Amino acid sequence: MTNEQHSITKDGLWTNNVALVQLLGLCPLLAVTGTLINGLGLGIATLITLVLSNTFVSIIRHWTRPEVRIPIFVLIIASIVTAIELMMNAWFHELYLVLGIFIPLIVTNCSIIARAEAFASRNKVIVSALDGLMMGLGFALVLIVLGGLREIIGQGTLFANAELMFGPAAAGLTLTLGENYHGFLLAVLPPGAFIGLGLLIAVKNSVDRYLKQRTANVTIHTASANEI
Amino acid sequence: MNLHKQVATTAVLLTLFAIIGAALVGLTHDNTIDAIKYNEQLTLLRNLNTILPASDYDNDLLADTIQLAPDPLLGTDLESIAYRARKQDNPVAIVLSAIAPNGYNGSIYLLVGIKYDGSLAGVRVVKHRETPGLGDAVEERRSDWILDFTGKSLSNPKPKQWKVKRDGGDFDQFTGATITPRAVVNAVHSALLYFEQHRETLFKNKTSETNANKNTLAP
Repeated sequence: MTNEQHSITKDGLWTNNVALVQLLGLCPLLAVTGTLINGLGLGIATLITLVLSNTFVSIIRHWTRPEVRIPIFVLIIASIVTAIELMMNAWFHELYLVLGIFIPLIVTNCSIIARAEAFASRNKVIVSALDGLMMGLGFALVLIVLGGLREIIGQGTLFANAELMFGPAAAGLTLTLGENYHGFLLAVLPPGAFIGLGLLIAVKNSVDRYLKQRTANVTIHTASANEI
Repeated sequence: MNLHKQVATTAVLLTLFAIIGAALVGLTHDNTIDAIKYNEQLTLLRNLNTILPASDYDNDLLADTIQLAPDPLLGTDLESIAYRARKQDNPVAIVLSAIAPNGYNGSIYLLVGIKYDGSLAGVRVVKHRETPGLGDAVEERRSDWILDFTGKSLSNPKPKQWKVKRDGGDFDQFTGATITPRAVVNAVHSALLYFEQHRETLFKNKTSETNANKNTLAP
């Protein structure tokens, strides 16, 4: 992995995470993360959109003109999302019924146009596709974690409705944690999404600070060791 | 002159990409339309079959439909479609779409299956926005409450008892949610009244042959 690829990966998954740092695309993020499977479904759809839109935008980057680049990006993204929506409706109909209204909303996920404009329109195709993949993955991971947390706290289950995504065989995947757990309504309702996301951001920031302090300490130690 | 050229280029560019985008969507649409139609019909039939077991009728439920004009008893403000079940051409039951306009958080959309004798074959909630964990117990997957309607009719319980217990009737409410069950009980009762008034016209003019190719369940 070259240096560039390494930094793209780190950027997408952690340093510049779409949901935790850029705080983009919060509308679908907060709305669908009631369960882990819903989060996973929208995460994958967004991921595919990001990879495809970044790739297309990068391919055509020499043929657009600065004055009309944004409308062209919007056209491309809207076409891709519509195509994905149709395909989900055709092949993952049950999941489509759950996520239905949020799929068109991917168009309004600012992270997609942001990556097209800020990255894909200035970089080569492969690198742009990788950027889309990593940004999408970072976003999907947050959707999954937040969905999982809200599902455990709100309903006391995990992987509920897995059969919507993986076929009837996956129905047995659903874990019920504690027989007499009646659920904690707040986690399922929209405020739970905001609180959950806030906590995730807080965790990320404190991990970052811990890492920073550790590196700082290590530098000080090596510095003093050198003096001696 | 240069400006003209620039304007022309951008216009051509935009048109070009609009055509490419439209072609992409059009192509996907053409390739998925059959599967999507099939899915929608299948989902609908599965919903209908939870109310009316497939063994109870032998006609094509999705083909034998009737358009119902908007009616306050059904709570509908647009035309709705009712599905008619028959066995050896004798009417068995009808599935009506009813709307409870006074849920806690907007309208609750119901499918109400009524047997030809006026008793309920079953009720299901199709769409609602009630509070998760409280009002959503009207969903079959959340609780068995909605199944209590099966077998009930206008005379069972008595008209005065067609209310939730809180209002002195026969139907349970949920802890923390009275408005939702009250709305559903009222809507089901009105649907039964509608059926009583229109029973004979509802089953007229079998339509299994028309639209047959539109509604066949082949992928």
